[in-house]
Amino acid sequence: MIALSDFLILSAILFSLSIAGIFINRKNIIILLMCVELMLLAVNINFIAFSHFLGDTVGQVFVFFILTVAAAEAAIGLAILIVVFRNRRTIDVEELNTLNG
Amino acid sequence: MTFELFLFYVFSAALLYAATMVITQRNSVHSALFLVLAFCCAAGVWLLAEAEFLAIVLILVYVGAVMVLFLFVVMMLDVDQASDRAGYMKYAPVGVLIAVVLAIELMLVVGPGNFGLDKFASPIPHAADYSNTKELGRVLYTVYMYPFELAAVILLVAIIAAIGLTLRKRPQTRYQDPAKQVQVKAADRVRIVKMATEKKWS
Repeated sequence: MIALSDFLILSAILFSLSIAGIFINRKNIIILLMCVELMLLAVNINFIAFSHFLGDTVGQVFVFFILTVAAAEAAIGLAILIVVFRNRRTIDVEELNTLNG
Repeated sequence: MTFELFLFYVFSAALLYAATMVITQRNSVHSALFLVLAFCCAAGVWLLAEAEFLAIVLILVYVGAVMVLFLFVVMMLDVDQASDRAGYMKYAPVGVLIAVVLAIELMLVVGPGNFGLDKFASPIPHAADYSNTKELGRVLYTVYMYPFELAAVILLVAIIAAIGLTLRKRPQTRYQDPAKQVQVKAADRVRIVKMATEKKWS
């Protein structure tokens, strides 16, 4: 049978992979947003696994709300990305230093 | 090894492979497509954990809406891929080191020693007529009614913010002004001019 630790280890590895992705793709904001989505997915796997093993539906309700907030975050993030690209003609993180003192 | 465990390992391996590809692909479009694969595999894992409704929602909302939005933006922005990856490997060793340390620490905490089958016994599978959607809806529409409505407000705010951020007036484009259209009077449109009758030209 699948143990709870299997789900938790899967989500731990997925979370670490997305952290590594943020370090590797420091220049491309789009892939950074994708890494954030992967992190949220790892957290959601944790919620679902605990909900399954503790027999409590509330964990799935939390996942529902996280999905809602993640969808809103993706929509607003991509809108900001489009505005940045329209004004600066680049989405390179290292060139977005206008607020640098 | 039961069939469920086999399916779990297949979905997990595909999920981790897709996640690795997402962070290492040089082309953003490939990354987005591998992220779609990752979400599909995660939906399979959720099905194994008896979260059927959320697995289908993950496919519909993420693969159907969010990832299409990502692909749309990736293809619309004219990003220079080559210069984008100039310092590609500069921070890779640091990132991999931090990820490995984090993964080992997390696995020490959540490993079989603390969350194994002997600590958390595998739950009894639900009967065939058990409806996950019905159970989730019962909790969502009673206990979590106000958070549910707040979630709807958050989505509304996201819609308005996304439109407000990206909407722009272009000087060369003609727009309708509904207020002016409603306020217009007949006198503004037609002007009757008095003039003498003219002879027919022959």
